[in-house]
Amino acid sequence: MSFGSVGIAAADEVVGGPPPRPVTKARKERPRPWRIAIFVLAALYFLGPLASAFKFSLIQSNGRYGLGNYDQIIKNSAIRSALITSLEISAITAVLVVVLMLPTVVWVRLRLPKLTLMMEGVTLLPIVIPPVVMAAGLEELQSHAPEWVVKLLFNHPLSALTPFYVILALPFTYRALDNGVRAIDLHTLVDASRNLGASWRQTIIHVILPNVETAVLGAMFLTIALCLGEVVISSLLLYHTFPVALIQESLSGTAGISVALSIITLAFTFGLLFALSFLAGRRQRATSIRVI
Amino acid sequence: MRFGAWVGVVPFALYVLVFLGLPLYMVIHGALTTDAGHFTFSNFKATFDSPAYRSAFKNSVILSVWTSLVGAVFGVWLAAAVVAGRPGGMLRRIVSSASGVFAYFAGVPLAFAWVATLGAEGVVTVLLKDIGINLYAGSFTISSLLGVGLAYVYFQVPLMVILITPAVEGLRPQWQEAALGLGATKLRYLRHVAVPVLAPSVIGATLILFGNAFSAYATALALVGSTLNIVPAQIDDAINGNVLVNADRLGLALGVEMIIVIVVVMVCYWLVQQRARRWLQ
Repeated sequence: MSFGSVGIAAADEVVGGPPPRPVTKARKERPRPWRIAIFVLAALYFLGPLASAFKFSLIQSNGRYGLGNYDQIIKNSAIRSALITSLEISAITAVLVVVLMLPTVVWVRLRLPKLTLMMEGVTLLPIVIPPVVMAAGLEELQSHAPEWVVKLLFNHPLSALTPFYVILALPFTYRALDNGVRAIDLHTLVDASRNLGASWRQTIIHVILPNVETAVLGAMFLTIALCLGEVVISSLLLYHTFPVALIQESLSGTAGISVALSIITLAFTFGLLFALSFLAGRRQRATSIRVI
Repeated sequence: MRFGAWVGVVPFALYVLVFLGLPLYMVIHGALTTDAGHFTFSNFKATFDSPAYRSAFKNSVILSVWTSLVGAVFGVWLAAAVVAGRPGGMLRRIVSSASGVFAYFAGVPLAFAWVATLGAEGVVTVLLKDIGINLYAGSFTISSLLGVGLAYVYFQVPLMVILITPAVEGLRPQWQEAALGLGATKLRYLRHVAVPVLAPSVIGATLILFGNAFSAYATALALVGSTLNIVPAQIDDAINGNVLVNADRLGLALGVEMIIVIVVVMVCYWLVQQRARRWLQ
């Protein structure tokens, strides 16, 4: 449980350490028992499994400790191809979602502010529909749609999953982009740009995009994290994406590799969101990860 | 001019209509028709009559209720502890990023971390065995309802932290100062100010946690596959298992029932949220 104890130490440091500098009359930082208790509990409960997973991943198939499982990841072609598929899906979805949502968000703020409430409601719909039900709907669509639709959409994981992952990403991206657009003086920017003869396309790309790049990056990061983790739809529709490969690998008796991959995935996703928290800090308005 | 303004939202509306509306329509339409295409409620009736589906709903509700209550209690506590720290500090950043990862994106990796911890060969299981405690002596396994629920708590607590942090931040220090200045004890401040102000937000967030657990499937899928008797697994089975005749229509009916449950939860959330807004602007 080496990681667990590191976590507790880190929490103690934050709780007990002296405040770096007394900015304003901020609340005093005394180590209070109820805070320490929950930090210790949280460290045990959240870091314990991560530490266990890390230790587990170091046990090789021959029973000795080593990096064998991590080595296997690179050599395993099934996992590699699944990872490439998932990365492609993530990249395309992230771009698509911004291309679709940024102009919409700008337009609603500018011309149809009355629609704001409706937009919030519509972009929450993907949460109301459980992923497994979405998958059931797609399955039904697949078996009843005309042949050209099936050929166009469902013959390749990229075309089958990307359009629907854009939908799943709406709750995150709408809020991230809307926060970003709210924080800038949209009317002045657009008026200036339009008066100088720019088209709508030019205005979006050359004027608005650079001003909300933090929000756009945030939306893309969250979308990538979502696409790399989504398993229910791809598994039910039998596409070989990265999380599906993870499960299959563990079913074939090599849990060590799956656990090693899980750690890498968690670390990568955490890296994305941690980077996002710094990006958000640069501007006033935080890029929220809240959906509701 | 008014008409022209609507043109801007047409791409979005079309996209949502096609890629969200179409699958949704297929679910509802399939659930309400027979194989011959006639309108019927028999699919719904069949799901209510089936003991397996009834117990799946019961299991899903039990799982969602206890994981959302545990998640709410510890989530509020953790959020309060984090908010009491320095704003913009490293601890906050780490907790907020980690919460995002666990709450929204961790499904499958989380399941494998649990296998490595509490599975039959898991690190904690082996550790406990060494000191004489056999976790697997009773009926506990990681793929039981309890085992899966313990894993669910792992994403329920962080989601609570994300949802409730703004409300906890909204508790103004002046309120506490005023209460203490008027001679209240800390406990009375909590009892008469903090708890009533936070209550609607906490109840609302707990409802969201319930919906979240109710519709979640990724973790269970990775831990157990479709053999765990919860509603999403039954839908999975009905669609891909093909055990029964007409099974996929029953799966779609189950899907509609799931959506109805979540919509009810969301409406309750919305009503509670109206109250929460009064204090926390």
